[in-house]
Amino acid sequence: MLLGPSLTLSAILFAIGVAGVLIRRNVIVVFMCVELMLNAVNLTFVALSRAHGLDGQVFVFFVMTVAAAEAAVGLAIILAMFRHDQSIDLRQVNLLKG
Amino acid sequence: MELPVFYVLAAAIVVSALLCITRRNPISAAMWLVATMLALGFLFVTLGAEFIGIIQVLVYAGAIMVLFLFVIMLLSLRGAPSDMRRWPAWVLALALAGTLTLQLLALGRYSPERLAIEYSGAPTAEPDSVFHGAAMLQSQVASHGVVGAMAQPLFSTYLIPFELTSILLLAAIVGAVVLAKRRL
Repeated sequence: MLLGPSLTLSAILFAIGVAGVLIRRNVIVVFMCVELMLNAVNLTFVALSRAHGLDGQVFVFFVMTVAAAEAAVGLAIILAMFRHDQSIDLRQVNLLKG
Repeated sequence: MELPVFYVLAAAIVVSALLCITRRNPISAAMWLVATMLALGFLFVTLGAEFIGIIQVLVYAGAIMVLFLFVIMLLSLRGAPSDMRRWPAWVLALALAGTLTLQLLALGRYSPERLAIEYSGAPTAEPDSVFHGAAMLQSQVASHGVVGAMAQPLFSTYLIPFELTSILLLAAIVGAVVLAKRRL
């Protein structure tokens, strides 16, 4: 049975994604780390769908659709941000800072 | 046979994910992310989700990552200084990721057997007799095939969410075009 190891792997993968978000300043790389976290959750769904039926896989399908939409809108925002101040460094994004 | 394949793929996933978050060049980070997603797709096939595995390779490793690479190349960030944060962020990241791993490792202790016993209230219970999902999955795959078994719930139980995702995708397309437009 691969259920336990799969869930452990998804835990590690999610933590790697969180660490990536915290240590990088490049918006695109931070965005890629968010995709990594989504993938870790997908792995959980797939692993559990083996024991509890197909609904988990249907959910992964929906997560992928939402991730695709998110990537398209997010990358458009990054493009607009780069056009605004010629940088995609997260330190430059401080317009709302008090 | 399953277990060695699983461990090889798991090692590949963890190593390429670590390389992805530590490479300085955004392009190599993206390529390592592609490697992670590809290995994850193989892992889904190993776990019996063939359709999801193929979709993972097509949509994630294919479409979404090509979009990322396009944007990275469009922005031409060559010669940009390293985007790694300084050491306080590393300490914070290690502490937070470590705590999160420890908490999420509790997931690894999950077993259908224990849940079946708690759910049915009987002192001993077989998970297959309490939860019928696994048996139903096998019978549906046997009668409809891998893709057909997935289509059945998608177009009956989950029809409304399915239609909603199409609206979401439409909104995302319009939003992306509007945001990326130079002048409105």
